[in-house]
Amino acid sequence: MSRYIIRRLIQAIPVLLGATLLIYAIVFALPGDPIAALMGEKRMDPNLVDIMREQYHLNDPFLVQYWYYLVGLFGGDFGKTFAGVPVTDIMAGKFQVTINLAMTALVMEAVIGVGLGLYAALRHGRAQDSMVLASTLVLISIPTLVTGFVLQLLLGVKVGLFPVAGVTDGWRSYLLPGFVLAGTSIAYLTRLTRTSLVETLRADYIRTAVAKGLPRRRVVGRHALRNALIPLITYLGADLGTLMGGAVITETIFNLPGIGQQLFSSVYLREQSVVVGIVTVLVLIYILANLIVDLLYAVLDPRIRYE
Amino acid sequence: MKKTSTSVLPAGGALGDEPLLAVDDLHVEFVTRQGVVKAVNGVSYSLNPGETLAVLGESGSGKSVTAQAIMGILDMPPARIPRGEVRFRGTDLLRLPEDARSQVRGQRVAMIFQDALSALNPVFTVGSQIGEMFRVHRGASRRDAEKKAVELMDRVRIPGARQRVHDYPHQFSGGMRQRIMIAMSIALDPEVLIADEPTTALDVTVQAQIMELLAELQRESNMGLILITHDLGVVADVADKIAVMYGGRIVENALVHDIYRAPAHPYTKGLLDSIPRVDQKGQELYAIKGMPPNLLAMPSGCAFHPRCPYRQDNCVTEAPPLYEIGPTRSSACHYWREVLDGSHG
Repeated sequence: MSRYIIRRLIQAIPVLLGATLLIYAIVFALPGDPIAALMGEKRMDPNLVDIMREQYHLNDPFLVQYWYYLVGLFGGDFGKTFAGVPVTDIMAGKFQVTINLAMTALVMEAVIGVGLGLYAALRHGRAQDSMVLASTLVLISIPTLVTGFVLQLLLGVKVGLFPVAGVTDGWRSYLLPGFVLAGTSIAYLTRLTRTSLVETLRADYIRTAVAKGLPRRRVVGRHALRNALIPLITYLGADLGTLMGGAVITETIFNLPGIGQQLFSSVYLREQSVVVGIVTVLVLIYILANLIVDLLYAVLDPRIRYE
Repeated sequence: MKKTSTSVLPAGGALGDEPLLAVDDLHVEFVTRQGVVKAVNGVSYSLNPGETLAVLGESGSGKSVTAQAIMGILDMPPARIPRGEVRFRGTDLLRLPEDARSQVRGQRVAMIFQDALSALNPVFTVGSQIGEMFRVHRGASRRDAEKKAVELMDRVRIPGARQRVHDYPHQFSGGMRQRIMIAMSIALDPEVLIADEPTTALDVTVQAQIMELLAELQRESNMGLILITHDLGVVADVADKIAVMYGGRIVENALVHDIYRAPAHPYTKGLLDSIPRVDQKGQELYAIKGMPPNLLAMPSGCAFHPRCPYRQDNCVTEAPPLYEIGPTRSSACHYWREVLDGSHG
């Protein structure tokens, strides 16, 4: 087991290198000069510009710049912004916001998605089942941009049930954005749960459990659910990455100072080190989430063993 | 261990005239998009303590559906039971409310299935699956349930039961898995055990061991055994009587030695003739012509008539009743005398 984990972590290194190189190259290829972008409309002292270009290795070829960045990265140094702030300082606070948001969304997704899916599956083929299916279809069809603004207006501004924007209200600030972010995922997970449980309930071992005279509660809640959960864990794990990276729109609508917002403004300002830093951490989270999913697999399904 | 069941049914003991289990004019239908499939059409059989009834028939003959109706494990809908009774110690199980029914299911009437690998839950240890019977039905503690599971695994002769109780189904061989199924089904000393093709998925040598085990367990506990199979070879040694099913009906009822000596239905005769025999080595093996009937479009008259070598004109129009042809024997063939004579000759 531990050898498997180590092997998986070693496999992560080329993935990380590839991802950083790709992002570094894309930001490098963006038109416009970072120093000029930093100054905005103001004129700048050409000497100062030269000094800054030298300091940030901007005159060196692409691969040399990337090399300097890598060396720093493996020493735990994500570099500095052009304004001289360490990237780690910027990321720390922003990631906290995004992680709060993603976790809120993930919990909502798991609770609502699995709950609705179970409800539909247990009423398979009846009116309630069709209603759940239809509403998930609606949820999937409407873009986050629309659900975000509509719910913000209705529940935030008109009804006043939730804070309208910002993170000043503690955990309550994350409820509405969390739901908006989780929206389509909830719909997909509902459908996945429903299919998985309906499928599982047809299995031979469920017939055995019924023939053993077990109460239906136990047949569904223990014998079926444990098996039906296995594919859902994959989806939830993969979705954690999507939720972290896909929070840009939600964070913008609800004005949450997370990495989505930061990423957006950093791309705009050609802040290469910030962009690559954030992406590196995102890739790392994605890899770890997938590793945890694979390990959970072995816990849920004893037929799977890792050597 | 406390006794949790408060059964409305009479406990074991004297039965009077009533058999242990009696299926009476049972009809089972499935409602499908293509129409109503009549899977079981008026099946009757009975079983006494210590007796083994073999229910013989090919796929789609309704033998498994009948068993599932007895157990009450049919999915309803799509299945429905428009007519018939399943009397267990004189009480019609089909009319029992669900909570009383579930006191019978698994505890007093138990069932084992064909493919033990898919019939056991892959994510729980075999010990917990066997022990579950004691935990749920007898309120046993986890430790007691595990002890009982080990005892049962010993009883069905699984080597190293104490260590293997924590293993999962996929870690056992096919024969051992079927033993686990059997251990689970006999956990609460059922009075009736239904075995649905218990050896079909196994090697021939293992088949014999499993049948031996079932026969031995039956002798020890005097339970009634319903053995569902399509394999006449399995039946001969263990069964007391045989019910042959075709197209959802019983076509012949007989004691086992009678049926082997002289079948009274052309279908039974066809089945017996298609068993390979050493003295016919090199000759072409007999096969019943044609295909099993389509349950959606059953042939008119006698369902077997399109495949029957004894067919006369009235077979196409008149469905034969189950003729009483002896004290322990019946046949659903208009020409059972000819079949019987032909068998002797």
